[in-house]
Amino acid sequence: MSLLQVSDLRIWDGITGNVFVPNSSFELKPGSCLAIVGESGSGKSLTCRAIMKLNKRTIRQSGDILLKGIRLDQLSEKEIGRRRGKQLYLILQNGMRAFDPTSAIGIHLRETLVHHYGWSRSEIVDKMKQAMLMVRLKDPVEIMNKYPHQLSGGMLQRIMIALAIVLEPDIIIADEPTSALDTVSKYEVMEQFVRLRENMGCSMIFVSHDLGIVRKLADEVLVMRNGSIVERGDASVLFSEAEHEYTRFLVSSHTALNEHFKRVTGGPVYVNR
Amino acid sequence: MSGYIFRRSLLAIPLLLVISFLTFVLNALSPMDPAELVLHAQGVPRITDELITATRTALGMDQPFLIRYLDWLFSCLQLDFGNSYVTGKPVWSMLGPAFLNTLELTILSVVAVIAASIGLGIVCALTEGRWLDKSIRGAAFVLTSMPSYLLAALLVWYFSVKLDWLPTTGKETVQSYILPVSVITISYAGHYFRIVRSAMLMNLNEDYVLFGRACGLPESRITIRLLRNSLQVAVSVFCMAIPIILGSTVVIENLFAWPGLGMLSVKSILSRDFPIIQAYVLVLAAAFVVVNTFSDIINALINPKLRENDL
Amino acid sequence: MKRIGSLLQDRLALLSLFIITSTLLAGIFAPWIAPNDPEEVHMELRFASASWEYLLGNDHLGRCVLSRLIYGIRPSVLGVLAVLAISVGIGTAIGFIAGYFKGKLDALLMRICDIMLSFPGYVMTLGIIGILGVGLQHILLAFVLMKWSWFARIIRTSVMQYADAEYVKFSKTLGIGSLRIIWKHIVPVTVPVIAVTSSSAFSSMVLQLSGYSFLGLGVQAPHAEWGMMLNEAREVMFSRPELLLAPGITTILFVSAVHFFTDALQVALDPKLGSSGRKKQRKGRFQTANLQGSEVA
Repeated sequence: MSLLQVSDLRIWDGITGNVFVPNSSFELKPGSCLAIVGESGSGKSLTCRAIMKLNKRTIRQSGDILLKGIRLDQLSEKEIGRRRGKQLYLILQNGMRAFDPTSAIGIHLRETLVHHYGWSRSEIVDKMKQAMLMVRLKDPVEIMNKYPHQLSGGMLQRIMIALAIVLEPDIIIADEPTSALDTVSKYEVMEQFVRLRENMGCSMIFVSHDLGIVRKLADEVLVMRNGSIVERGDASVLFSEAEHEYTRFLVSSHTALNEHFKRVTGGPVYVNR
Repeated sequence: MSGYIFRRSLLAIPLLLVISFLTFVLNALSPMDPAELVLHAQGVPRITDELITATRTALGMDQPFLIRYLDWLFSCLQLDFGNSYVTGKPVWSMLGPAFLNTLELTILSVVAVIAASIGLGIVCALTEGRWLDKSIRGAAFVLTSMPSYLLAALLVWYFSVKLDWLPTTGKETVQSYILPVSVITISYAGHYFRIVRSAMLMNLNEDYVLFGRACGLPESRITIRLLRNSLQVAVSVFCMAIPIILGSTVVIENLFAWPGLGMLSVKSILSRDFPIIQAYVLVLAAAFVVVNTFSDIINALINPKLRENDL
Repeated sequence: MKRIGSLLQDRLALLSLFIITSTLLAGIFAPWIAPNDPEEVHMELRFASASWEYLLGNDHLGRCVLSRLIYGIRPSVLGVLAVLAISVGIGTAIGFIAGYFKGKLDALLMRICDIMLSFPGYVMTLGIIGILGVGLQHILLAFVLMKWSWFARIIRTSVMQYADAEYVKFSKTLGIGSLRIIWKHIVPVTVPVIAVTSSSAFSSMVLQLSGYSFLGLGVQAPHAEWGMMLNEAREVMFSRPELLLAPGITTILFVSAVHFFTDALQVALDPKLGSSGRKKQRKGRFQTANLQGSEVA
């Protein structure tokens, strides 16, 4: 039994009629990590947001989305609102812009947790403190009093992960969570995702165009191109025996780049660890 | 924060000094001899050279330029702007009450403008692209293309002449406030609501809205965030609107015979009453600087990012 | 060129452009186009309604309203256009110098701009008219004095943006002369900003000028000007409200055309404006700056 089943998902622009994603079907098994790879504009983000029904009003979607046997696509806005955050959690690419710039980080955390769990202030601070320490954020209380612009992108990304740890959602959808980061922050954030998988056994949909990260994290991989899924399969198999030309191209360019990088730097690189 | 307020306020002082100096220079540039003007204005029948020299001394015009400036500046600081050439009364006794009247009109209008802009901006942003949004924007487009005096004339013609509901001029009853304030509100809200609208729409596409929704926050919380962020842009615009409205009540005041600065200044220009013009420019420019300083401080209070930037 | 092409496809923009150009041409060739002498008084024709000889009727002195409207273009529109050109010219020069060379010169020029901008435009214009006396030329002079700093500020900001661009740095390293870089790399990209800014300033200046004339501070009788015509019409508003129509509608039509054209220009020249977050700040600043200039008459 799969945790999430998406079938015949179609996404199009309600005004111009442009179809972004013609027909996608995929599923996520409990405790596994599904990676969606592909170049920019291949419809990865739209697919993720469609699962949570978070696309803009002008973008329409059709198809069945089944979470634990419940048809998400048929729920009212209010019902799906209750499931967002608590069951489905989205981690965005740019932490800098994901938090309300006019209020301190802690306010967002508190509002979210109060809304879903109704905890008291001290409970929230306690839980967030633990979670933030887990993702290696020092001085959690101080961080919660800071505004987004006072923190780095990597820290904000880890705060989003910490919130996920406290919320304990069924599925974490991470939409290119490391693409906007520098190499060091990228490593720190990736480390947390790996731990999230290892320690919490979290189910995850992980969108990336960085194959090195995908290889490390994913059980299954979907390759998207121009809105269509061109290849799918086991992560380990896919990297060695890709069938679709496009996947082979992605993998080979990735390997070539790494080989070159290794030769130049004379050592293993992080993406291949 | 208090450090910022202090530094920002300090910055206004040199600006005020430069403004006062420029105002003084402006007056000195006048092609007319003040002494002659005073004598003319006082209706002296035959102006002799001796009389002019005597008047010049009386006006302190034989002093060096800088001394005269400093003298003038110090008396201005004590609200002594000299005497009107025409009436001979102290300038402040005419300017002060007029200033208060203008201030009254301005404050009422600014409140109305802000309320209307925010209200219309929110309504338009939430109904973006639908008929309500389109019709409000269409109406605003025509109204802002219209000179405000024409709008005023039309309103007067309809409400005062045809319906006889409101007084055409003056500042006697509560009703006499309605037309001037509405004209200013329509002219300016037509501009400013678009800022609120586009700020709201721009923020709607921001990631924090998406993330807030993804965290399952109720739409009401998200709207509050949206408003807080959009109004931040709007606040700086509104703060700028205050001095602009203060300065441009001129036309409206003259149209409605509102006994304010605008009427006084135009009357003084037509009768070449320089001390009043000079004091008018100085007082309004100073008010402009003060309001700008306040608006910067308010902005910094709302927008934490600005606080850290060193001015 | 492609951008101009897309502008021409917008019908509303095309119509606006048509209104603007025909107004300008009518103003330039007023003596040939106007059916009558705008200042000729016919007391027997006071408040006469439209006739074949006087298409829009006659005013309180029996003068031809249509001819007065056409002659009124000269101060109301052409005068403002000339002043706009001068202040944009000064503003561009200073904006480019400050934005490109930066450093102390920039700081000095911008302080001067700040001081100029800290005077409310309306007040200063009144002050200048007050000192120099009433008359169109003094209002126009005041406009130049008050507006250049505003243009300089906006243009400097946009020059700065591009002066830091990689390709400009690259050209600098290659040892290409400053003037050449400015001409080849910076002028083309700042033209949209200059065009949109001046276009939006144009409409507000037309409204302001007519406001001053309305107060009797600008064009002096018997010369024709839109604001003054409205003022003359206002005096008989209670008995002959229809006299407000001709100059009123003309002003609205022309100013709306400029507004529409500005919007279309903005869209055509900078399609990205407002669509992506990166541009957001710039747009915000731009609008703020726009508003400071748009004092309503």
